[in-house]
Amino acid sequence: MTATTAEQQHPISVYLKVWLLLFVLSGFSYMVDFYQVQGYLRWTLILIFMFLKAGLIIAIFMHLAWEKLALIYTILLPTIAILVLIALMAIEADYTFLTRLIYFRFV
Amino acid sequence: MTNSTEQAPGWKGVVNDWAADKETFNVPWGKLMMWIFLLSDTFIFSIFLTSYMTVRMSATAEWPMTSEVFALTIAGQHVPLLLIAIMTFILITSSGTMAMAVNYAYRGDRKKTFILMLATAALGATFVGMQAFEWSKLIEDGVRPWENPMGAEQFGASFFMITGFHGMHVTAGVIYLIVIANRVRNGFYEKKGYDIVEITGLYWHFVDLVWVFIFAFFYLW
Repeated sequence: MTATTAEQQHPISVYLKVWLLLFVLSGFSYMVDFYQVQGYLRWTLILIFMFLKAGLIIAIFMHLAWEKLALIYTILLPTIAILVLIALMAIEADYTFLTRLIYFRFV
Repeated sequence: MTNSTEQAPGWKGVVNDWAADKETFNVPWGKLMMWIFLLSDTFIFSIFLTSYMTVRMSATAEWPMTSEVFALTIAGQHVPLLLIAIMTFILITSSGTMAMAVNYAYRGDRKKTFILMLATAALGATFVGMQAFEWSKLIEDGVRPWENPMGAEQFGASFFMITGFHGMHVTAGVIYLIVIANRVRNGFYEKKGYDIVEITGLYWHFVDLVWVFIFAFFYLW
């Protein structure tokens, strides 16, 4: 108990900085839409800002950066399964789309 | 003795934690369970977003321009995606106040913890209110889970399912926050310790985290 209590003693300024950073990053991702950036640049920028924000929230706000590796791996490694699912579903969706183009062109 | 194994860095430490004759994780039970719950919740939201990707990629009809669908007209000015941007900033701010509440809780400052948790809950409630506004606007425009006058029908289903489930999480979080905040104020945790505030915080940050992904994939993509 005392160990965890001691670990949580970060100065408030850390949170304020992260908060500010999240604000700026959200502003950036909003700008991507506002200035109508399109194509691969748009998707790349969206993903970069998204992962930066997610990383900040998980590492600092959720304190994962200060947890032990055993816990970090337990939480982060299972998400690899999601990447596999995304890849499989992307292939499947492509196939569905092509099938629809062939058979439902009149729609 | 245990200290030396606990401080072993890298993989050696991981192996020690899993193999040694002791508890694997050195965190409070409730906190570990909250993390496991959040991991399962991650999978739920990932499945929603993946199915959204699948229907969007395979839709032959045009996908609606979210930037226009969620635009607001303020003082004659047409601003794209404004409502969603405001909602994003509100949720991030609530995450900030929550992080500070956790900090003050461990310092034993009950009053500040209570106020900050209540502020977090208020911001969360504002978020849900704006989402209700957004929903009623879209329903008014004729968007339904099964149809959508602006293009692909799957847009309606994805929108209501994903934002609805997220909104439900925010609502539950607001209630959770209010309950715990009240107990903090009453001194309920004076003897138990304030891990509970951090656990509540984990849940709340997760709700913010999910929104980051919804914002990127559903609204911006």
